[in-house]
Amino acid sequence: MLVFIIRRSLQSVLVLFVMSLLVFVGVYAVGNPIDILINPQADQIDRERAIAALGLDRSLPEQYGGFLLGALRGDLGRSFVHSTPALALILERMPATLELAFTAMLIAVLLGIPLGLWAGLRPNGIAGRTIMAGSILGFSLPTFWVGLMLIMVFSVMLGWLPSNGRGPTTLLFGLLPVSFLSLEGWSHLVMPATNLALFKLALLIRLTRAGAREALLQDYVKFARAKGLSNARVIGVHVLRNILIPIVTVIGLEFGSVIAFAIVTESVFAWPGMGKLLIDSINVLDRPVIVAYLLVIVFLFIVINLVVDVLYSALDPRVRLSESRG
Amino acid sequence: MSLPLLEVAGLRTHFFTKAGVVKAVDDVSFTVARGEVLGLVGESGSGKSMTGYSIMGLIDPPGRLVDGRILLDGRDLAALPAEEMRHLRGNRVAMIFQDPMMTLNPVLRIDRQMTETIHAHEKVSAGVARDRARAALVKVGIPSPDERLVAYPHQFSGGMRQRVAIAIALLNHPDLVIADEPTTALDVTIQGQILFEMQKLTRETGAAMIWITHDLSVIAGLADRVCVMYAGRIVEQGRVADVLSQPLHPYTQGLLDSVPSHSARGARLRQIPGMTPSVIDLPPGCAFRERCSRAAAACAVTPQESWRDAGRDERRSVRCHLPLAGGAQP
Amino acid sequence: MSAPIAPAARAPQTPLARVASDFVANPVAVFGAALFLFILLLAVFAPLISPQNPYDLAQLDVMDSRLEPGSKAPGGGTFWLGTDDQGRDMLSAIFYGLRISLGVGAASTLFALCIGLTLGLTAAYFGGRVETLIMRIVDIQLSFPAILIALILIAVLGQGIGKVIAALVTIQWAYYARTVRSAAMVEKRREYIEAARCLALSPARIVFRHLLPNCLPPLIVVATVQVAAAIALEATLSFLGLGLPITEPSLGLLIANGYQYLLSGKYWISFFPGIALLCTIVSINLVADQLRDVLNPRLSR
Repeated sequence: MLVFIIRRSLQSVLVLFVMSLLVFVGVYAVGNPIDILINPQADQIDRERAIAALGLDRSLPEQYGGFLLGALRGDLGRSFVHSTPALALILERMPATLELAFTAMLIAVLLGIPLGLWAGLRPNGIAGRTIMAGSILGFSLPTFWVGLMLIMVFSVMLGWLPSNGRGPTTLLFGLLPVSFLSLEGWSHLVMPATNLALFKLALLIRLTRAGAREALLQDYVKFARAKGLSNARVIGVHVLRNILIPIVTVIGLEFGSVIAFAIVTESVFAWPGMGKLLIDSINVLDRPVIVAYLLVIVFLFIVINLVVDVLYSALDPRVRLSESRG
Repeated sequence: MSLPLLEVAGLRTHFFTKAGVVKAVDDVSFTVARGEVLGLVGESGSGKSMTGYSIMGLIDPPGRLVDGRILLDGRDLAALPAEEMRHLRGNRVAMIFQDPMMTLNPVLRIDRQMTETIHAHEKVSAGVARDRARAALVKVGIPSPDERLVAYPHQFSGGMRQRVAIAIALLNHPDLVIADEPTTALDVTIQGQILFEMQKLTRETGAAMIWITHDLSVIAGLADRVCVMYAGRIVEQGRVADVLSQPLHPYTQGLLDSVPSHSARGARLRQIPGMTPSVIDLPPGCAFRERCSRAAAACAVTPQESWRDAGRDERRSVRCHLPLAGGAQP
Repeated sequence: MSAPIAPAARAPQTPLARVASDFVANPVAVFGAALFLFILLLAVFAPLISPQNPYDLAQLDVMDSRLEPGSKAPGGGTFWLGTDDQGRDMLSAIFYGLRISLGVGAASTLFALCIGLTLGLTAAYFGGRVETLIMRIVDIQLSFPAILIALILIAVLGQGIGKVIAALVTIQWAYYARTVRSAAMVEKRREYIEAARCLALSPARIVFRHLLPNCLPPLIVVATVQVAAAIALEATLSFLGLGLPITEPSLGLLIANGYQYLLSGKYWISFFPGIALLCTIVSINLVADQLRDVLNPRLSR
């Protein structure tokens, strides 16, 4: 186990290095930030001074070398726009995004697994068919448009929920600002989280349903029933434990995608997270922030994958972590 | 004669599929006495497994018990509420399945899969349940049971898994064990061991057994009586010795002829011509008549089971208009 | 044997006829196909059926801006779905928007399909290092969410219709490559391919006559799903202001335009383009869902 984690960590460092190179070179190719940052009326001397101040006068390898040296000390560069360290800027916004993503995933899991089980146990019933039709809708609804419609209904027409922002936050453990501890915080959180959850909800319903249908055909389910176990136990233990394996894997892997998709939801609901920061940064070509965001995301993905693998081996006794799974 | 342990009468289990009604079990009647071993023989699709599932109350939609009684100690299982039926399963009637690779849940530990069977029927402490599970493993001949209890199914061989399944089936000392081809998926040497083990265990505990198989040679050594099934019906039943030595139904004769034996060495094995009919929307009449050399016009009418005395307080039946000459005449 | 017992033999069918008849068996899928066809016709004939050319500035009047659905147009017609902030008829804008959305979806799918098919077959046929290289790129790319890759590419490439298509192609080729390779690998292990190689048939012949046809069923399913995904992604990018320019308003841009008026209760500017987008994606997904069942022999009962 420990060996596995150490080896994976070493691999991760390599992946991070390669990604930093790709991202840096890619983002370097984006337009010229000076044109956006500097007042067009500024004279040549001002321009050159600004270029030098941002380090844009150096060659690409030089800039990358400087970036890499900084990165080793935990410095991912300074934002062109905010003049603060890019990493700090992102970390400051991260709790908002993580809270949104966790809440969305929780909604998807708490609704998706029971609904999927229901549809899987009674695939031909009215409820089962309705759930499946709903899941197709969930796949098809464009996230941003659903967000707008939620605002239209619950903020504009009914006036129940605020349409944007995060509202007041409470400090969790004295350091993490979160919304879910106060009622007003929830009123801000519930709409964006539901919006973000919709796609994953549809995915989990389908996955659970397919898994349940397959598990129900297995002999071990019939044997469990032949042992005289109650239906609740057959489904809750024998079926669920088996379909939990793919579900946990997908939940883990999809968590990264939820964080990425938060970009859209955050833009719709003006949620002050990392995604909104990325969009703003792309619009003003704030290179260091874009690069830092991507590296943070890649890092998150690596951590998530590691957690998924460890969980996977805990759930499926047939998997041994020493056998590397790519 | 005393009341049999199990009496199945006029059992019909049909599957209502889009393609038509499948009469998987069609008017099946037999009895099992206490401690008796009944063989249920037939090709795949003959309805022998479905008969077992019907007794267990494990028929899933689109299948349904449409008619008949299943009396266990005089109580009709077919009319029992679901919760009471659940309480009988794994307790008074247990079942063992064909493929031991598939019957144990791959992600649950053996001890859990065993103790839950006890807890489903009795309120006992976890320690007691565990002791009983351990004892059951010892009884089916599994070495170092303490280690094995905390193992997962994938750490067992096929034969060992079937022993575990048998141990689970016998945990609550059932009166009746339904064994659905439990040796078919195993190596020949293991088959013999399991057969021997099952025989020994049922004799020790006094449990009756229904042994479902397609293999007549297994029945010959194991069962007291045998039912031969074809296309959802019992075509012949009686004492094993009688049925195997003097078959009345042409199908039974066909089955016997296709078993290789010493006496007919060198001779070409005879096969039953044709194929098992599809049991979807089976027309009336004898289902075997298309493959039967003795078929006549009368066979277009469904034959009823006709019973005759077989001596020594035993009876046998055949479902054929033109039975073979053998067998004791009344 | 004219036996009454023998099961009714099914008349032999061509695979295509079987697929077609299985497909038609599901009324929901047929509805999806019909809806898609209808939307496609609207998009193709948009200039003929639109009450107004929404991008001919001469026809627009700012006095007509933000009119409710059903308002009378000064020229005598009716703005059935209202007007936007420029006084544009929403119905016409949607017809034109569909053209752009479907066009971008179809174009990106087509290009991505060609690239993915070629690379997937190359990987499967040659194996070895070529395969490792291609599949490793596919793996890395697929481990990141499409939206993230799209945003980065747009950030790098800049905006514009061609660049959006390029970004979508870059995202999607990997799905096709993976599908094609896995389908081709299954077929490649069959003995007749080995036999064909021993006969020294040309690689092209083996690939196109033997491997390609077997890749088609899963490829069709993936392509259908990906068209819908491409349309949705393009709309999302345009909504974020990073997709198509204002001169080529796809449905996503129309929705984004209405965002600011939504809060003051002028819902129609965002609502109706969204419905059009939704119908398009749902109809494609319904078809894809049934195709998956019909074309997958493992699931057929």
